[in-house]
Amino acid sequence: MGPLVVNEIISENTNLLLAFFIGIAFGFVLEQGGFSSSRKLAGVFYGYDAVVLKVFFTGAITAMLGLLFLSLFGWIDLGLVYVNETFIWSAIIGGVIMGAGFIMGGYCPGTSFCGAAIGKIDAMIFIVGLFLGVFIFAEGYPLWEGLYKAGFMGSPRISEFFNISEGLFALFVVIAAVLMFWGAEWAEKKFPREEY
Amino acid sequence: MSEIKKSKYMNPYIAGVLLGLVVIAANFISGRSVGASGAIKSAIVASVETVAPAHAENALFYKEFTQGHSGNPLNSWLVYQMLGVLVGGFLSGVVSKRLTWKVEHSPKIQSRTRLIFALAGGVLFGIGSQFGRGCTSGSALSGMAVLSLGGFISMMAIFGTAFALAYAFRKLWI
Repeated sequence: MGPLVVNEIISENTNLLLAFFIGIAFGFVLEQGGFSSSRKLAGVFYGYDAVVLKVFFTGAITAMLGLLFLSLFGWIDLGLVYVNETFIWSAIIGGVIMGAGFIMGGYCPGTSFCGAAIGKIDAMIFIVGLFLGVFIFAEGYPLWEGLYKAGFMGSPRISEFFNISEGLFALFVVIAAVLMFWGAEWAEKKFPREEY
Repeated sequence: MSEIKKSKYMNPYIAGVLLGLVVIAANFISGRSVGASGAIKSAIVASVETVAPAHAENALFYKEFTQGHSGNPLNSWLVYQMLGVLVGGFLSGVVSKRLTWKVEHSPKIQSRTRLIFALAGGVLFGIGSQFGRGCTSGSALSGMAVLSLGGFISMMAIFGTAFALAYAFRKLWI
């Protein structure tokens, strides 16, 4: 049955309209979770507020398990779902640059749009930075094209990479998440938090 | 005051489950998932094509983008989705009475310092999201949902680096 658009159950235009509604749900949930606040987001790196870790990993394991179950029921063909391509060096370097941007800027791109939507000026300035950053990458592209395309591995699933079943890998992620939640609850009690 | 403020956000685990359901819905409907940086890339390509069409035809980055995409760059799934994020975030702010002009930072620094670092952080995140082929949403969250190797690498690199640098930038936040 799913994905609906790939199986031509809905049209491309309907797909774009639904993208808008998916975005509304995404933005609403992020804001309700507290992702519009840069001090809440940065809190996870100091232990005083671990909302990022809790929402992000609960979201990731919910989505991962949900998709595995939908696949098991035959409601979605995971072979037709987009899996990101892996370019190993570019992925690591990009992640490191993004991590530095996260601790300096206090937002990531999705959350900055959320913050800007409710009037956070730091989020708006962060978005200006995002546009500048993408523009810099685009203009300098010939300089780092080689690095960008190095280490291509296709679109592997991590379970294939470790040669274990998808369900078993998912179980490991769930265990890791529960341990992190436990650590997060402990850290929030240990580190004082101011009002913001 | 502090009690009211602390309880005003949704329980993070419930918010996480809802977030997961959004990702499942996106995959079920569209065979793909949420992302943010891709929409910014589309906007940059569209802007350059409008302002400097000759440059867009010659420069490699824009040429490669056009080869992979047909039609107006702004007529894309991620662009509509990000417009939705603005609407959804705003609606949530209305419902929870959080609409206010504000700059958040540690009391130890000035707003100006915060904004300079916000700009710098945005620039870095913009550059990094291109190398990473997606940001925290598009690469890490969406990638992990479909067990993408790249998604897990992005997640570990982003959070690992932020943790490693947290001490150096502590004055911004605590």
